[in-house]
Amino acid sequence: MKDTETEFINYTVNFGPQHPAAHGVLRLLLELDGEVVVRADPHIGFLHRGTEKLLEHKTYLQGLPYFDRLDYMSMIAEEHSWVLAVERLLGITAPERAQYIRVIFSELTRILNHLLFLAAHGLDVGAMTMFIYCFRERERIMDIYEAASGARMHAAYFRPGGVARDLPDGLEQKIRDFTDDFPSKIDEYETLLTNNRIWKQRLVNIGVVSAKEALDLGFVGPMLRGSGIAWDLRKAEPYDAYDRVEFDIPIGKNGDSYDRYLVRVEELRQSNHIIRQCLDQMRPGPIKTEWFKNSIPYRKEMQEGMESLIVHFKQFSEGYEVPPGEIYVATESPKGELGVYIISHGKNKPYRVKIRAAGFNHLQAMKSMLIGHMLADVTTLVGSIDIVFGEIDR
Amino acid sequence: MTPEKLDTLATRIAQRLPEFTTERLTDALILHVPADRLLATMTILRDDPELDFTQMIDLAGVHYPERNPPFDVVYQLLSVHKNHRLRVKTGLGEGEAIPSVTGIWSCADWYERETYDLMGILFSGHPDLRRILNDYDFDGHPLRKDFPVVGRYEMRYDEAVGRLVREPVALEIADREPYRRAL
Repeated sequence: MKDTETEFINYTVNFGPQHPAAHGVLRLLLELDGEVVVRADPHIGFLHRGTEKLLEHKTYLQGLPYFDRLDYMSMIAEEHSWVLAVERLLGITAPERAQYIRVIFSELTRILNHLLFLAAHGLDVGAMTMFIYCFRERERIMDIYEAASGARMHAAYFRPGGVARDLPDGLEQKIRDFTDDFPSKIDEYETLLTNNRIWKQRLVNIGVVSAKEALDLGFVGPMLRGSGIAWDLRKAEPYDAYDRVEFDIPIGKNGDSYDRYLVRVEELRQSNHIIRQCLDQMRPGPIKTEWFKNSIPYRKEMQEGMESLIVHFKQFSEGYEVPPGEIYVATESPKGELGVYIISHGKNKPYRVKIRAAGFNHLQAMKSMLIGHMLADVTTLVGSIDIVFGEIDR
Repeated sequence: MTPEKLDTLATRIAQRLPEFTTERLTDALILHVPADRLLATMTILRDDPELDFTQMIDLAGVHYPERNPPFDVVYQLLSVHKNHRLRVKTGLGEGEAIPSVTGIWSCADWYERETYDLMGILFSGHPDLRRILNDYDFDGHPLRKDFPVVGRYEMRYDEAVGRLVREPVALEIADREPYRRAL
């Protein structure tokens, strides 16, 4: 063998951790043969904050805001798993209005997340306009977030036993206006992308995952549905008000990036549909359980009654005790199954919390999905699996 | 999971795997499997058409310092076609290794790396068992109960030596004198 030949065999490229198309802090070691990837090794952990360890040292109420910071692109949907897990350990259920509010906000969050997916995925492929269009609608949802919770992003709006406060006057109408408007915006995105020749050339037959592989790789959510398996926790294990609304589960056929894109766009429409139904079915009523051992007393009662004041003080200092036991609760977050496994030893803090994030599996599948693809397809695939490092690194 | 579904699952498990103890919670079924029988059991759980646990959804390590054995490895299994879940628990002593299930579900790869990294549990037969979330040269396993929340070391850039230095965590406030003088 000549020396010149050995110089040109595989070389390694370090993609990230600071790269605009890495969707955060992903370090990807790519071994290339020419422009074809032969081995990929994602390195994660650059955003590791030790959430699970911190949760062991916080009361159940203090633990809640950490969930906003897991997947910081679908904030409220992450809280949903935590509040359901704590509620089921306590043996309480939220009143009906709170359940509807939670579903509305989980679905708004799904729209929020899928819009970011479209925006960033479009940007990865070169469709700059998508970014501007999607952020226009994201801004409207952020306003709704702010009106309800006081924060644009890290809302901390749900509580075990309900939600923090009722929707302010006029917000229901504002959400309704948004849902009236939004389907036409989805059409707008689709005119830009769905039949776009460049978009299809970059996405069709890229990152094909068969149904069998998808199960083996632990795919959940839109990734699993893109591979043709109709699995949605909102239907399979309905929680809160999901058994009272109608919606369809879109599935893909080929399991490629294009199918995953189509599935997510259809989910936007379905989420919009769910929000509409919730708004129609929702009636006035309490927004948290009125068993004040586990939920925060009303402000008015606190100002007048001593009992409520004591309860309030105890809740925000030592918290409430949760009966011993263990529970695994999963909800359909925008990226897939978000599971919370809590082991309680009967104290005011959990003994162990394990968070199962959807993106963790999807990113590790990159090791096999990337092989045989061109270097230019790496960014498309990173965009297509829709990852956020807050939940992967925890 | 509904009680009827749990009944069906419990009956099938009792038929197929009668030698292991099961624990029934209100909404879940736990199967206790010793480490030496883990691989064979997991293969049955995946391949039996009635059980059909094609997905390993989660893997968690739990540390009980006062208990013997001190570790639990908890697997959450899911069947998307049958719509049921199962929790498999394996007790493990300090320094013992548990067989890796990467050959059964390939997604177990990172979960086992994570459990090794944060809990210090060893997985025998894992293709590439190295740290995943913590820094490459991290010392210790942070999710163990004897690991302090603030950590053991802190890093800072030292101007004098011109590089990062690692020192034991010091939480006391260094110099209060300037503030006192201001008062």
